[in-house]
Amino acid sequence: MTIATELGTKVELTDERKAPSRLSAIGRFARRNPLGAAGGAVIIVMVLVAMFADFIAPYNPVANAFDRMHEPPSLENWLGTDQYGRDVFSRIVYGARTALLVGFASSFVGATFGLVLGVASAYFGGKIDLILQRIIDIFMAFPLIIMALAVIAIFGTGAQNVIIAITIPFIPRCARVVRSSALAIRELPYIDAARANGFSHTRIILRHMVPNVMAPFLIMITAFVGQAILLEASLSYLGLGVQEPTPAWGLMLQGGAEEYAESAPWIAIFPGIAISLAVFGFSLFGDALRDELDPKLRSL
Amino acid sequence: MNLSKYLRAVSIMAVGAAVAIGFSGVPGQAAPKKGGILNFVVPDEPPSWDGHRETTFALIHPFAPFYSLLIKVNPENPSSPTDFVCDLCTEMPTPTDGGRTYTFKIKQGVKFHDGTPLTAQDVVASYNKIIFPPEGTTSARVAYFVMVDSVSAPDEHTVVFKLKYPSGAFIPALATPYNFIYSKAKLDQDIRWYEKNVMGSGPFKFAGREAGASVRGERNNDYHVPGQPYLDGFEAIFSSKQAVRVQAIRGDRAAIEFRGFPPKSRDDLVDALGKDITVQESDWNCVLLFTPNHKKKPFDDVRVRRALTLAVDRWDGSKSLSRIAIVKAVGGVVFPGHPLAAAKADLEQIPGFWPDINKSRAEAKRLLQEAGVSDLTFVLSNRAVDQPYTIVGTWLIDQWRQIGVTVEQKMEPTGPFYARLRSQEFDVTMDFNCQSVVNPLLDIGKFLSTDTGNESYGGYIDRDLDKIFEAMNRAPEEAEQRKLMRQFEKRVLDEQAHSFVTLWWNRIIPHRSYVKGWKISPSHYLNQDLANVWLDK
Repeated sequence: MTIATELGTKVELTDERKAPSRLSAIGRFARRNPLGAAGGAVIIVMVLVAMFADFIAPYNPVANAFDRMHEPPSLENWLGTDQYGRDVFSRIVYGARTALLVGFASSFVGATFGLVLGVASAYFGGKIDLILQRIIDIFMAFPLIIMALAVIAIFGTGAQNVIIAITIPFIPRCARVVRSSALAIRELPYIDAARANGFSHTRIILRHMVPNVMAPFLIMITAFVGQAILLEASLSYLGLGVQEPTPAWGLMLQGGAEEYAESAPWIAIFPGIAISLAVFGFSLFGDALRDELDPKLRSL
Repeated sequence: MNLSKYLRAVSIMAVGAAVAIGFSGVPGQAAPKKGGILNFVVPDEPPSWDGHRETTFALIHPFAPFYSLLIKVNPENPSSPTDFVCDLCTEMPTPTDGGRTYTFKIKQGVKFHDGTPLTAQDVVASYNKIIFPPEGTTSARVAYFVMVDSVSAPDEHTVVFKLKYPSGAFIPALATPYNFIYSKAKLDQDIRWYEKNVMGSGPFKFAGREAGASVRGERNNDYHVPGQPYLDGFEAIFSSKQAVRVQAIRGDRAAIEFRGFPPKSRDDLVDALGKDITVQESDWNCVLLFTPNHKKKPFDDVRVRRALTLAVDRWDGSKSLSRIAIVKAVGGVVFPGHPLAAAKADLEQIPGFWPDINKSRAEAKRLLQEAGVSDLTFVLSNRAVDQPYTIVGTWLIDQWRQIGVTVEQKMEPTGPFYARLRSQEFDVTMDFNCQSVVNPLLDIGKFLSTDTGNESYGGYIDRDLDKIFEAMNRAPEEAEQRKLMRQFEKRVLDEQAHSFVTLWWNRIIPHRSYVKGWKISPSHYLNQDLANVWLDK
């Protein structure tokens, strides 16, 4: 690309002046946030494992094999077998699907509803804001797990209901964070200009405000995925989440941690490690993303 | 004296000494001590508090101590299917009128916990509610009393049962531990009062309940058996987690769980507590079933129902599951080992019990294909209780997977689970037939037509089956009963494929050694009023 200067000379822009490539952006992100990059690597591995579970898992995760009950880790069963003789490694591999499905679905849906609610609340202000925020206060007064338990009590158990149960408590949390960002944006001149031009409320909210609160939205989504995985595991551990024989990490803990903690600890240890790694990965990545997207933090 | 004579003399002396000790007991241990609170764990909470309506241990364990029965199993010999003793009556009656009339004399001076006297009218009102439930109420034991024509009270202390025909099943049915004697006044006030309230004449008075946590009872000082109960009270602590219950006993937060633990938990407790733990074991008159909903497609097709049972390898399942669950024996509809039960050769003729599982599964696949549902998918409703529901349900799903059927399991707490069963909103459900006194002629009432009001949830009407049941109960000879029982079994499990037996249970009760007076029986419903239980602390 060539541009003309005031002095009439022509300057050739080099490649370095072009927008940085995605790869180099990722490289810079990794250099600035090594822990975040490690978290991202965990997430990528988890996604790949979930996607290619059919090829990675050596055994059918739901097939009973009572002649191999409680086998310790070996070359045949890398992470041992459970009380039904099922391969623990295969169940962890397939369990990644359940974790990611519940994690991404509930955090994305919850955060999206929260985004719309938070921006609308900030934009309209007045009584609407007051009422919405008090409702949000009520929801936020309950810990996540209590809210999720209440929702499960209404809708019942199962993967779909677990997603609903985790989604609902996320909505007010995201709405509260997004509203605080949207309140500042509402006062900016371009919003006044949009109003002066007679744009509809929907257009102002969706076209002009929502894109400007995407940073906290993305951060919330990332943070929520880890929380959602933990919540799903908690609900399944309590017998209220996904049900046997579906491979799910929390369910594996429920089946193994209690009765076989002493005689076959591998049944509980490995799914426990998987849960910890996944939550740790999403937390690290979420923190790094926040640092990256928040200009105030970036300048520090 | 040669050696054999010497050994014989020693043997006689040893046996004599053992018998003497056995009968007299060790001094200091035989005499019950008064006082103390018995803490026990209960894996579940009951859907309601009405014994006449419910069928679950979750009701019996915390609530039986509040009530008296007309007769009950002998608490000193609860394993016997024929040893019954009076609870509210004064003596076991001899039937008259060719075995059609039973007259019970009721104890005088018995009081309900509110101080009102208990009379024959209360007994009649209770049994009328059980045998002839008024509209709007549910009785789980109507079929137990098919032989009863009427119940009446000629005076305040006499109850007369008139039967339609003589039946050996009548007295065991009367001893069913759910037949709580309620107050007629309360029933007149509201026939469903007992679903949410407690007021009996049993050894313990209701002292409170914390939802989801516990039920407490305190000694009834006006109890009609002099000197009993021995305990000051009890606390039934609810915990659905088996590991929590095991740890409660291990940590002495609770002394016993009356339902039963799997072998692994028994071994863990014995290893940890040594002589402080005592283990009692028994066969168990309890079996898990799975029942397709005949009103739902494709389960209205007998081929599909037969395919489901053909897929299940019970012989292998018995070996495998008995290591991790409270199930063991393979049997048909009758408690294994009973004279009326199917022999192994009989069983092996029934689909689902064939010795060659590969042949069985091939036939299952063929039937599904013929019915046009070779890729069958359904939801298995199950009760959210660890043992053995979850384990057997998960095992069944794997069995069905092997004929290409995909099943999702839906676990629900007892209340919603029963509500679903009663409303018949399921594809296939886990179900159970747990009976108290071993009485096969009535125990199989579970399989009768749905409209007999007998906790049969399959949604089917089979009058031919009902007729076999009726004929069997009228048959005087065991040989005839046995022949009819085989017909009944074949119709239920094979020809009509109404409902299916999985594995019979095995009862293992490890308890703190200081719990005395309680004896195991083949049912977790029997012998649970705690009147004769005491603590040797």
